[in-house]
Amino acid sequence: MAEQHAHAAEHADHDHKPHGWRRWVYATNHKDIGTMYLVFACIMFFIGGAMAMVIRLELFKPGLQFVDPQFFNSMTTMHALMMIFGAVMPAWTGLANWMVPLQVGAPDMALPRLNNFSFWILPFAFTLLLSSLFVPGGAPAGGWTMYPPLVLQNGASFPMLIFSIHLMGVSSILGAINVVVTILNLRAPGMSLLRMPLFVWTWLITAYLLIAVMPVLAGAVTMLLTDHFFGTTFFTAAGGGDPVMFQHIFWFFGHPEVYILILPAFGIVSEIIPTFSRKPLFGYEAMVYATASIAFLSFIVWAHHMFTVGMPLAAQLFFMLSTMLIAIPTGVKVFNWTTTMFKGSLTFEPPMLFALAFLFLFSIGGFSGLMLAIVPADYQYQDTYFVVAHFHYVLVPGAIFGIMAGVYYWLPKWVGNMYDMTLAKWHFWLSTIFVNVLFFPQHFLGLAGMPRRIPDYAVQFTDWNMVSSIGGFGFGLSQLLFPYLIWQCVKHGKPVKSNRVWEGAHGLEWELPSPAPYHSWQEPPSDAVIARGAFH
Amino acid sequence: MMIRAKIAQLAKLAAAFAVSLACTLPARADSGWSLLNMTPGVTEISRNIYALHMEIFWICVVIAAIVFGAMIFSIVTYRKSKGAVADVTLVHNTTVELIWTAVPVAILVFMAIPAAKTLVKIEDTTKTDLSIKVTGFQWGWQYDYLDSGVAYFSRLDRKSDAARELMSGIDVNTVEHYLLNVDKPLVVPVGSKVRLLITGADVIHSWWVPAFGVKKDAIPGFVNEAWFKVDTDKPGLYRGQCAELCGRDHGFMPIVVDVRSKEDFEAWLKDKAAEQKQASAPAAAEPAATPTATAAPTQAATTG
Repeated sequence: MAEQHAHAAEHADHDHKPHGWRRWVYATNHKDIGTMYLVFACIMFFIGGAMAMVIRLELFKPGLQFVDPQFFNSMTTMHALMMIFGAVMPAWTGLANWMVPLQVGAPDMALPRLNNFSFWILPFAFTLLLSSLFVPGGAPAGGWTMYPPLVLQNGASFPMLIFSIHLMGVSSILGAINVVVTILNLRAPGMSLLRMPLFVWTWLITAYLLIAVMPVLAGAVTMLLTDHFFGTTFFTAAGGGDPVMFQHIFWFFGHPEVYILILPAFGIVSEIIPTFSRKPLFGYEAMVYATASIAFLSFIVWAHHMFTVGMPLAAQLFFMLSTMLIAIPTGVKVFNWTTTMFKGSLTFEPPMLFALAFLFLFSIGGFSGLMLAIVPADYQYQDTYFVVAHFHYVLVPGAIFGIMAGVYYWLPKWVGNMYDMTLAKWHFWLSTIFVNVLFFPQHFLGLAGMPRRIPDYAVQFTDWNMVSSIGGFGFGLSQLLFPYLIWQCVKHGKPVKSNRVWEGAHGLEWELPSPAPYHSWQEPPSDAVIARGAFH
Repeated sequence: MMIRAKIAQLAKLAAAFAVSLACTLPARADSGWSLLNMTPGVTEISRNIYALHMEIFWICVVIAAIVFGAMIFSIVTYRKSKGAVADVTLVHNTTVELIWTAVPVAILVFMAIPAAKTLVKIEDTTKTDLSIKVTGFQWGWQYDYLDSGVAYFSRLDRKSDAARELMSGIDVNTVEHYLLNVDKPLVVPVGSKVRLLITGADVIHSWWVPAFGVKKDAIPGFVNEAWFKVDTDKPGLYRGQCAELCGRDHGFMPIVVDVRSKEDFEAWLKDKAAEQKQASAPAAAEPAATPTATAAPTQAATTG
C-alpha cells in the first residue's frame, strides 16, 4: 500500500496510464477496454451495414443486376452475423465496461485481465469470419441460423464460420462472467440490489442469459463440425439423426439471444426517460421483475421460430401460449415508461429523442411479434418479409437506437465535452424517418407474399422494394453522421462544466467529474451519495 | 406576405408533384402499391387464417392507439418549455399496475381461443380424397400421385429462367408471371381434400401457397403432412414459392397449382398415367415411373 501511494504521488494525474500501443494492447482499465469495444462495434456496424446496402441495391428492382445469388446469400448471412455478434453484442459489452463500475461505485471491472482477453478475441474472430469472403466457395451462405443440411454445403468457409462462432462465444461468456462478478462483488457498501440502476439490472440478467445459452450455441455448431468432418450424423436423417433437432438447439440459444440484444436497451431507456422527464422511474421494482420474467420466458418459447417444421399440435399450442405471455411483462415495461413521462417536465435532447423513438418503434415490433405468435397466422408470415420487418423493428430502432441513446447520454461524461446538439438532432430525425421508410413497407411485402432471403422477386413487389431500398440508402448514409459527431465531440467539443451533465440526471456516474477520472471510485461513495442517485 | 407567398408556391409544387406521381402509378398494369395485406385465399382454412390475422391486427391497432395516445399526450402536455413541473411523488400505484397486467391477460386469452380452434382444424389430416407426395430438391419440386403412379418434376419456366440470369438483358417486366411460373404445375381437383406428404431430397425447403394458407417444411428424412380443399367455385391457377432458404437458387423454385374441376382432373390424371406408361414401356426392365429426386442434376454444383 505504502509503495502504491508513493508511486501515485509521483504522477500528478494518478493515472498510471501506459502510453502508445501498450495502453490498448495491454489494457486492463475498464474505460479503455470499453472504448475499444465501442470502436470495434462501430466498425463492424459499418461493415455489416455495407452488406445491407448490397442487399438493398440488388433488391431495388426485379431481375439480377449486380450480384450472383450465392453472393447475395453470403451477404444476408454475413450481415446478420456482423450485426448481431460484431456490432450489437460488443456495443453492449462496451457500454457495460464503461458504465457498470461507475454506476455501482466500483473502481474497475472485477477481472481486468479477463476483460482484456475477452475483447482481444474479437478482432481475431471477425478477421477469421470476414476473410471467408475470399476463400473458394465464398463466405457462409446458409443463413446466420446455420440450418443443416444446407450449412454443410458451404465450402472452405464452413470451418471458419464454426471457429469464429466459437471465438465469439468464448468472448461473450468471459465478458458476461466479468459483468456478473463485478455487479455481485464490487458494489459499493449501501448499493443494495434494489438500489441498482436499471442498466445494471438489465445487464446482470443479460449476463446470466449469455452464460446460459452461449455454450448451447457452441455445442450445436460443434455438432455441425463433427457431422461435416468426422462422420457423425447428429443432424442427418440417413444416419439416424434429425435436422430439426439442430433447429431446436439453435433456437434454445437463439431466443434468449434476442433478449440479450434488447434487455440492455430496456435498461438504458429506463435511465434516460426519467432523466429527461425530471421524475423518478415509475414502478422501479416492477421493471426489475418484468425483466426477470422476460428472461425466464425466453427459455420456453424457442419453437415459435419454427412453427412450420411440423410439430405436434400440443407443442404448437404450448409455444403459442408461452410466446403470447411475453407480451405481459413487455407491456408492463412500456406502460411504466409512458407513466414516467406522465406529469413530468419533459425536454427533448438527443438521448431522449432516441429513447422516445425506441418507445414507439419497438412497440410496433412488439405488436408484429404478437401477431407472429398466433400459429395459424404464422403459417402465412413465417419466412416472409413480414418477419424481416418485425425483427428489424425490434433490432434497429430497438437495440441500435438504444445503443445510440446511451452513447448520446453518456458521451459528455466520458470525454468531458458536449457534442453538437443540432447535428445530433439531424442524425436522430434522418435515422428515424429513414428507418421507417426502410422497414415499414416490408410488412406489406411480407403479407403480399414475398419470401425472405431471395435475391430477385416477382414484378408486383417492385414498388415497395424500391421504397424500402431508398429508405435503406438514406438510413445507411445518415449513420455516417454518428462517428463524425463523436470524433468532433472528442476533438473540438465544448467542455461540460458540471458533474451532472443533464439537469435531471440521477445515479453515481453523475457524481463523478466530467470527464470521469481514469480510475473512478477508488474511495467508495458514501451511503448518502448512493441514496441520492437511487430511485428510492 | 413574402413568407405566405412562398408557402403557397411550395404547396402548389407539392400538389403538382403528388398529382404527377399519382398519374405515373397506374401506368403499370399490375401495380404493386395496392399489395398491402395478406390474401384471404380460396380455402376455408385460409379464410380462417385471414380472419385471425385481421382480428389480431385490429386489436393491436386499438392498443397502439391507446398507448401511443398516452405517450403523445404526455409529450405534448408535460413540456418543461410550457412550464410543466414534475410530480416526483408519482412513482408507484399498485391498482394501476394490477390493471395493466390483468387486462392484457384477458386480451391474450381472447385471442388464443380462436387461434387454437383454427389450429386444431388445420391439424386434422383425416378423411382425405387424394394424397400427393411433394419432394423439394435443389431447386424445384417433385410431385408423386401416390394412388395412380403419376410422377413428374416441376421447375421454373424457361422464360423466367432466361430472364433471371445476371445482366440477362431481358426486361423482366415483359415476362409473364416472372419467377412465379413453372413448366409443369401441380394439378388437383377442386372441392377435394388434398393431402400433401411433404419431404426434402437434399436440404430443407418449404412448400408455400398463400392462397391455400399452407406452408410446410420439406425436411430430408422426414415426412410432413398438410392439406387443403379449394372452394368448389374457385378453380384456377395459384402460385407460391419455396419459403425456406435452400441454397443458391432458393428464390427460383416457384410453385404453381392448377385447380381443375373433378372431371377435368380425372381426365388429366388418366392421360398422364397413360403417357408415363408409354414412356417407360420401351425401357423394358426397370419401370421408371417414379423418378427419384436424387437424380436432380443441379445438386452436385454447390456441394462443397
